[in-house]
Amino acid sequence: MRTKDAVGQYGEQLAAEHLAKAGFTILERNWRCELGEIDIVARDGDALVVCEVKTRRGLGYGSPLESITYRKLSKLRQLLGRWLQQHSVRPAEVRIDVVAVLVPRTGAPTVEHVRGVA
Amino acid sequence: MALAHAWSVALVGLEGHLVEVETDIAQGLPKTTLIGLPDASLSESRDRVRSAVVNSGERFPDRKVTIGLSPATLPKTGSHYDVAIASSLLAASGVLDFHELSRIVMIGELGLDGRIHEVRGALAMTLAAARSGFARIIVPELNAGEARLVPGIQVYGARSLRQVLALLRGTEIPDEEPPRAEPKLMSESLTRVPEVDLEEVLGQREGRRAIEAAAAGGHHLYLHGPPGSGKTMLAERLSGLMPDLSTEESLEVSAVHSLAGLLTSDAELVVRPPFIAPHHTASLASLVGGGSGMPRPGAISCAHRGILFVDEAPEMHPLTLDTLRQPLESGYIEVHRAQAVAKFPARFLLVLAANPCPCGLSGTPTGVCTCTPQVLNRYRQRISGPIKDRMDIQRQILPTARGATTGERPESTAEVAARVQVARDRQSFRYRETPWRLNSEVPGPILRRDYPLDEASQRLLEEHYSSGRLTARGFDRVVRLAWTLADLAGVERPTVDLTHQAFQLRSGALLTELSDVRPIKGDSAA
Repeated sequence: MRTKDAVGQYGEQLAAEHLAKAGFTILERNWRCELGEIDIVARDGDALVVCEVKTRRGLGYGSPLESITYRKLSKLRQLLGRWLQQHSVRPAEVRIDVVAVLVPRTGAPTVEHVRGVA
Repeated sequence: MALAHAWSVALVGLEGHLVEVETDIAQGLPKTTLIGLPDASLSESRDRVRSAVVNSGERFPDRKVTIGLSPATLPKTGSHYDVAIASSLLAASGVLDFHELSRIVMIGELGLDGRIHEVRGALAMTLAAARSGFARIIVPELNAGEARLVPGIQVYGARSLRQVLALLRGTEIPDEEPPRAEPKLMSESLTRVPEVDLEEVLGQREGRRAIEAAAAGGHHLYLHGPPGSGKTMLAERLSGLMPDLSTEESLEVSAVHSLAGLLTSDAELVVRPPFIAPHHTASLASLVGGGSGMPRPGAISCAHRGILFVDEAPEMHPLTLDTLRQPLESGYIEVHRAQAVAKFPARFLLVLAANPCPCGLSGTPTGVCTCTPQVLNRYRQRISGPIKDRMDIQRQILPTARGATTGERPESTAEVAARVQVARDRQSFRYRETPWRLNSEVPGPILRRDYPLDEASQRLLEEHYSSGRLTARGFDRVVRLAWTLADLAGVERPTVDLTHQAFQLRSGALLTELSDVRPIKGDSAA
């Protein structure tokens, strides 16, 4: 496994723990279809949440949140539709959240959760 | 997450409006939006502020940042909101106390490294802030000189965003490299008052009389004569005859100059009447003011309370010259553009200089003019009747004959200026209960009602009027000029002699010595 994938996986683990602590029910992780992958699918009360996790080791190339572009968001919207279709659920609300994980070379990692980005 | 606001100033013409700069930092992906009708240079403020904040050692929030400039319907232009935007942003992200920000106005453009660059119109902005009751203002250090001219507001000159933040936090203000003054867009020589003295002018009895009367009463002046006869020489010496500006006038003039970018950083108030001499190729917009979107003052506003000297006036485009008609009457100019209407003051003394014909020799006693009648006609039509009708004093300037002036020492500027000052004092005393200060400013109806000529003078002018030598406007203008001559002579009211000379000055006739004035007709029988 390459380093960047290991960092990503570690970040996703931290994100899932963070969400669980915030009262989310994790439904699925790393769900794949031919369109791509959803990092985390969770339930937050009545809402179904598709969660993108982005992990970075430093701020040299900007904050992890800045890497979520318009294109990425469109992709997440498509994936959300596909997931709902395949699971035939009708949640009252759907939402896309982003969790940014910063794993610095020294010190503890930080997790930031941004709700409802699209 | 958080909301904060800071204050800056928007300028529409010379009028400042307080602008509230609000910043809201909300949940969401990092994105910065700037709303409130910004123009291109203001939209770029987002990127300048981001870099300046980071390079000043602060954090730019990775959140959805909305910056709103209100009133939202007022179009905003320019880069001077940067400092206020950066401060409200940092207050919203919690690293600056926002109570401090509500009591201070901030103007200044940020560099990417956090330095603060100078802006235009700082004087007018500071005036607006002081009038709105703010006690403190932060300006770029290079603008601090002009901003300090405004009474009743404490001015801080800042070199960088770091210094502004230290000031707001009450910590020790870090030292920074001094700013480099930017080159002026309009050269300072444009506003330079010529340092010349009337003493250097030999002869020119008529020309001297003309500029003395022009300076005393604020009368527009038309000088024509062959090349090298001394038209420019006389015009340049006119500004030396005018007294210093009053405090109120000088604040008006300085505000216009600040907006036009003519004030230097070690600015003091403009105290001498400005002398502006646009070249005859000047465009319409450069003369009256203009510019795309937001209007800027033109040469006539820079010449406010001073002299606008147009040399070789017939070479100027007739349409351009004719645009001066309205400001000549009203004393201000309204510039209408898509985004705003700006009103600039433009009460100037117009001096036109012209050759009599393209070859320059027509009407001179010595030369023979080689221009054909058609050429002459065309040349003379370049200065329109309406403009000429507004010129109170029209003089032919002829070269002084060599040796003709030996013996008598020419009067110096100081001597003549003293007489002008006395004449102006008499005017301000006479008009003390009115909004006017000079004879040339008194409107016709008031002039006829409150300051009529004596019967004989009135009869003299009416004769000229009925024979077509005077227009109705010209009639009033001769009356005003006669009052000025009376003020210069130190007499209570214009006499027949003075009225006659006023008419001669206006019509361009040769002046008769006051002692040997022959009443034109009718009076001789009496």
